[in-house]
Amino acid sequence: HGGSTADRNTVNSPQAIKAAILIQRWYRCYMARLEMRRQYALSIFQSIEYAEEQAQLQLSSFFTFMLDHFIHLNETDKDNKKQGSPSGSDIQLLEYEQMIEVPDSYHGPRLSFPLTVADTNSLLRAFKDQQQLHARYVLQLLHETKKVLKQLPNIIHLSTSYSKEITICGDLHGKLDDLLLIFYKNGLPSEENPYLFNGDFVDRGKHSIEILIILFAFLLVYPNHLHLNRGNHEDYIMNLRYGFTKEVMNKYRSHGKKIVNLLQDVYSWLPLATVIDSKVLIVHGGISDTTDLDFLNLFKRNKMKSVLRPPKSSTERNYDLERSDFVEYSPVTRVKRCPSKVCTPRVHLELTAKEWKQVVDILWSDPKNQNGCTPNKVRGGGCYFGPDVTARLLKRYNLKMLIRSHECKQEGYEISHDGKVITIFSASNYYEDGSNRGAYLKLNPDLIPRFVQYQVTKSTRKQTLHQRVSVVEWSALKSLREKLYCRRSELIAAFQQYDHRKRGRRISATEWASAMESVLHLALPWRTLRSRLVQLAPDGSVEYLSSFNDLEIEPPIKEVQPALVETLYRYRADLEIIFNIIDKDHSGLISIEEFRQTWKLFNSHLKIDIDDESIDNLARSIDVNKDGSIDFNEFLEAFHVVNKFKN
Amino acid sequence: VFCFAEALIADIQKKITEAFEVFDHECNKTVDVREIGTIIRSLGCCPSESELHDLLAEVEEEEPTGYIRLEKFLPMMTKVLMERRYRPIPEDVLLRAFEVLDVNKCGHLTKEELVKYMTEEGEPFTQEEMEEMLSAAVDPETNTVRYKDYITMMVVDE
Repeated sequence: HGGSTADRNTVNSPQAIKAAILIQRWYRCYMARLEMRRQYALSIFQSIEYAEEQAQLQLSSFFTFMLDHFIHLNETDKDNKKQGSPSGSDIQLLEYEQMIEVPDSYHGPRLSFPLTVADTNSLLRAFKDQQQLHARYVLQLLHETKKVLKQLPNIIHLSTSYSKEITICGDLHGKLDDLLLIFYKNGLPSEENPYLFNGDFVDRGKHSIEILIILFAFLLVYPNHLHLNRGNHEDYIMNLRYGFTKEVMNKYRSHGKKIVNLLQDVYSWLPLATVIDSKVLIVHGGISDTTDLDFLNLFKRNKMKSVLRPPKSSTERNYDLERSDFVEYSPVTRVKRCPSKVCTPRVHLELTAKEWKQVVDILWSDPKNQNGCTPNKVRGGGCYFGPDVTARLLKRYNLKMLIRSHECKQEGYEISHDGKVITIFSASNYYEDGSNRGAYLKLNPDLIPRFVQYQVTKSTRKQTLHQRVSVVEWSALKSLREKLYCRRSELIAAFQQYDHRKRGRRISATEWASAMESVLHLALPWRTLRSRLVQLAPDGSVEYLSSFNDLEIEPPIKEVQPALVETLYRYRADLEIIFNIIDKDHSGLISIEEFRQTWKLFNSHLKIDIDDESIDNLARSIDVNKDGSIDFNEFLEAFHVVNKFKN
Repeated sequence: VFCFAEALIADIQKKITEAFEVFDHECNKTVDVREIGTIIRSLGCCPSESELHDLLAEVEEEEPTGYIRLEKFLPMMTKVLMERRYRPIPEDVLLRAFEVLDVNKCGHLTKEELVKYMTEEGEPFTQEEMEEMLSAAVDPETNTVRYKDYITMMVVDE
């Protein structure tokens, strides 16, 4: 049949059309199943990410306690608490920088201040060639950056013109390739090509310091055409957990500590928000129903060093994030409205609870589609704000639109709240190769955003969707299995509640799903994931011990009891932060006594049920050479989940 | 028997709810209307586009909001699954479909032939769908689609 049609090789008989429809039906079904897998892989990444953020924010009162009480005991330098004499330390710092020798053997870029376009070009070239900038120049650059930032208001006002569209970029998270790709596609920052970077420059990616250096260098060359908003990761305690501190210490060894300390200061001077043409508000996270731009514009922003150090008044009263009646808690009676604009900042040397909450809300919040404003319990900080909250704020300040970042979106951007809220996210492959695209947007005086999407690719060969989804899925399931593993004892106890005979080792899918959720609180589609995490019996029930078959935590010391190993593994990231805080000189060593005390404190704070004796045993056994000190990085590295069968 | 049927329905409904929730980003029991096709198909149904359109019409609000509520989706989908409608396409049926298009019976289609059928006949592919299919189906050296191998590969993938 069909051979006689005009086109020799194709037919359009009814059978052929039927065949085409069948193939199309089948293919769309295949694609949908892949899409589903990709979607739940992203859900896994996101749930784990937010659960970790939440865990860390919940520790904020503990961190404050640690920083305020425990550290002072063995604090030798007066690096902190120097707010009193700001001008004096500037000169000192300059002198200090001149004392850092740059050896002749150094082949990286050499900066001379004031910076010019030649310097930014040489920096870009050097970083493309994997070179590093010498610590002296980094410190000088940070110092100069701080001077410029200090001159800026809390909220920056910009205007567009038809010849110069403003480019707005979202989270970069240390992904230098994305920044370089943006510059390649969109041109370098200049007077003709203004940029705004909306926070979260650092953490997670491997090149956070390079990104900061490039952005700060352009800021110095074009202070009126490159703008920066602070993100929730421009926070030194976040950096302790999410990798940036480690990156700096690895790259700059002996000078790393100075860089980290100076950065704390630089962060605190980053502007908090930008307004374009008096119509578009740009903040990193979002808003809440109490966001007050006039208030945000007036307070002394550098008091806010870290979201994890809430003001004393609130922690002392065991304040939790859900309360919104901050004002009564603030130690200083607030003046309702200053009649003259000379609102003396000296009155409020300490950060107040209201100031803290105002900043946390704009750095941490996410939009939601239902009306209202609810605390963001998933992330543990900021809130979810609905379309009504957006509409009220826009109306109050006569604005048209809110642009924010802070959330990874599969397409690199998302439009919500009836077009009034835009999310822009610029780190492609954020969770894993192929997980998401990145995007930036351009605004001209019509204020209609134009989006540009991209994705950094390593391989030149185009992969099929199936290959891309498999990579993302595999990596997501791996992270999830590790989470399961470090809660093993609790999970098994939960499963056994359903396994009444205690020998079948099988429970129903529903029982398994509710046991998983009751321990992990990740709100994941457990039934859908079930076949990927456990072995199923022919009747569909779950052999619940099988999730742990192919993994084990390798403890550095064999005699440590399993429950302690799991706990250690689970709180590894938190312990790392705490150890780093104690280890003021970043030597990587803490004393046995410090280790023991920290752990006990941590223990009582989290109400973990591990007795002092096993901690003492652990401490003794990890001090291998009996010199009274512990290399905690080595110690923590040693705890990792291994795959017993190398696939 | 009655109890068994009830348990089966309960089980199916849990499965549907969970697939729905994967796309319910706001946790408010609604999903974007554009995701409904993915949800239905990922539950093992293979409706054509026009059948999908009919199913959508059943669950959409009288004044379409762009969102579909679980409340409406759940009974419709339960019925579809209980009645075993839109069953998956078996491998041999799929193979026969390719053979119909392979006029010369030579075991392969050229890239151009496949593009022509898929984008001009039936329920045409979008450019994105077409590119995606070609990336896995076409042998870059001969520029042809050896459909038997292709089907085998795709079935193994799942």
